[in-house]
Amino acid sequence: MGRKLLLDRINIEGIKTYDVYRKSGGYDAVEKALKKMTPDEVVEEVKKSGLRGRGGAGFPTGMKWSFIAKPEGVPRYLLCNADESEPGTFKDRYLMEHIPHLLIEGMILSSYALGCNKSFIYIRGEFMWILHILEKAIAEAYANGWLGKNIKGSGFDLDLHVTPGAGAYICGEETALIESLEGKRGNPRIKPPFPAIKGLWQSPTVVNNVETLSAVVPIITMGGDTYAGIGIGRSTGTKLISACGNISKPGVYEIELGLSVEEFLYSDEYCGGIKDGKRLKACVPGGSSVPILPHFLVTKTANGEQRLMSYESLADGGFATGSMLGSGGFIVFDEDQCVVRNTWNFTRFYHHESCGQCSPCREGTGWMEKVLHRIENGHGHMHDIDLLWDVQRKIEGNTICPLGDAAAWPVAAAIRHFREEFEWHINEPKKCLEKNYGLVKEPVLTV
Amino acid sequence: MPKVTIDGHTIEVVEGTSILNAARQIGGDSVPPAMCYYSKLDVSGGKCRTCLVEVTKGSEKDPRPMPKLVASCSTPVMDGMEVGNKTSAKVMDARKGVVEFLLINHPLDCPICDQAGECDLQNLAYEHGASGTRYEEDKRVFEKIDIGPNIQLHMTRCILCYRCVNTAEQLTEKRVHGVLKRGDASEIGTFIENSLDNEFIGNVIDVCPVGALTDKTFRFKSRVWFLNPMNAHRNCEKCSGETVVWMFGDEIYRVTGRKDAYGEVKNFICNTCRFDTKDLAQWTIEGPRHIERDSVIGQGHYELKPTNTVKEIG
Repeated sequence: MGRKLLLDRINIEGIKTYDVYRKSGGYDAVEKALKKMTPDEVVEEVKKSGLRGRGGAGFPTGMKWSFIAKPEGVPRYLLCNADESEPGTFKDRYLMEHIPHLLIEGMILSSYALGCNKSFIYIRGEFMWILHILEKAIAEAYANGWLGKNIKGSGFDLDLHVTPGAGAYICGEETALIESLEGKRGNPRIKPPFPAIKGLWQSPTVVNNVETLSAVVPIITMGGDTYAGIGIGRSTGTKLISACGNISKPGVYEIELGLSVEEFLYSDEYCGGIKDGKRLKACVPGGSSVPILPHFLVTKTANGEQRLMSYESLADGGFATGSMLGSGGFIVFDEDQCVVRNTWNFTRFYHHESCGQCSPCREGTGWMEKVLHRIENGHGHMHDIDLLWDVQRKIEGNTICPLGDAAAWPVAAAIRHFREEFEWHINEPKKCLEKNYGLVKEPVLTV
Repeated sequence: MPKVTIDGHTIEVVEGTSILNAARQIGGDSVPPAMCYYSKLDVSGGKCRTCLVEVTKGSEKDPRPMPKLVASCSTPVMDGMEVGNKTSAKVMDARKGVVEFLLINHPLDCPICDQAGECDLQNLAYEHGASGTRYEEDKRVFEKIDIGPNIQLHMTRCILCYRCVNTAEQLTEKRVHGVLKRGDASEIGTFIENSLDNEFIGNVIDVCPVGALTDKTFRFKSRVWFLNPMNAHRNCEKCSGETVVWMFGDEIYRVTGRKDAYGEVKNFICNTCRFDTKDLAQWTIEGPRHIERDSVIGQGHYELKPTNTVKEIG
């Protein structure tokens, strides 16, 4: 049983409400920080903890905070990125829905550390009911003096607002989020300047994921060094993993980083193995943007070591034989699933969500979707596979924001590991409409 | 002042200059093509990705190369930076890809397009494009919209450079057109059915790198290379009045701004000069305009005085 830092209180009846949350030790961290610590000490604790961004990129949070410019007389802003819309990732909504005060507490701590007097939660527009939960929780926090002017006599002021997006995945990119929050079209900005220098309304801004900000609470409670003791190597602390696909027990799990993938996938405490006793075919370990792994690379790395749920181990072998921890959307495919169809589905998503600002992503995502659609429906040619490879190669790294990379990686990995399956779709145009390419190269009767 | 080396040519530039502008100071083959950047606009660039370059050395202080290709129009130079443009195989490959992306949904209707002959996309495709296409699907089409009496919008030709949006943002008080929808469905449009009728809005025609925005008063009148561009000016209350009039005989077919070697106008001109002043008597003709950029228009050399070759031989 791993330690739980974020979801430890999730089963307490009524933890959503302020009174229960406060009784279970909530807001103690804020009290500690405001009374006993300076903002710089809070930043120092976060640096010591080794906390890395939980939104996907895994950038060290303490370092990100230390980049923020501090010019005199210019306000600074902390934005919480709650625009969770990656296929396969549903951890932030779980956290906000069930224990909203944890995020608010984390935001007070982080705002204090960064010297922000106004902070925003940018929430995905489809999460309207969670927005109401958060608004209620914020109102409770105001009523009890944790938000507003002169919080608990410390002289620190903070206003917290929740703003919904309007249904665009791209607004989860930090500069697009800022544009959207300013009321503009959600196009990612061209960097530099980075948000830490010129962000929201041209002021220094930090954008952090819901889980990252929530993790600041246990860091302050237990101290950065203790937090750094959990996990493995540079992957410290705990991580929420949203497991879905063909597993017995899909859901959101909190794991200590460094847990083996095998244990996570097969133990009854977590996913509980592949559903209906079938065999594992492939796994996307970090949300739809990261490369897919074939069954023989999921629990073991290419050189035979045990693969762990950590930033480093999942990335072991680079993109040739590895993947990424990403945002923690753990998608499992059993032996009956079609990789081509899945890749087409992902690409359709990126095609739909591209902002259309830069040419490679705008044109390339649509092109890839059309080619994959053709292959999946039995109209593909053998040269289409090389075409797909070439198109994804020309998108990757050449776009303004990481959406282009996110669209290119799943296609590249699918071709890299499942080329035979693509070829089968092209060679058997009639069969592929009724059957899927199975694990042992025999078609199976499910589409 | 920072020193930057582009394709082996070193130049010293003012702090904060972008790689593209440094390359333009060097000139020649070192200059990356740019479809969305426009130096006369306060905000532009970064979107088309044709100006991608490889930074092989970040700066004197931090000599690490940049991990990705960068947009030269929006990346400032650092002291000691080394940049590969034409000499970088990576850049040429990526640029070929970008040109292909720009062309897959472009109608390639150059034979009936008024922009043909002075089109940035034509030049770009000529230099970096492939002779055939790998795109088998139908090209995207848009519903036609009318954006006013003087400007014709062909959305199928648009490459979404955002130049016209930025121009309207800069020159007009209230911008009525913008980019609607997203992804490859994005289109230039007015919301809802508005007319572009600002006194300076005609400049969107000059800034458009392709034939998406063309002059309705010149539509289908003539191919641009049959016309003689002449520098001309008039007393105008609204703008500088310095323009180029495109003539056929004694008739003025169209009026545009004066463009430099990169296709950028030197001064934005007003709608009255552009659309409503087509009478030769209203203009003072300065003389033939030398087209600085490599273009079919400049190939006629009409501005040179004809030499009497027969006599010389005789």
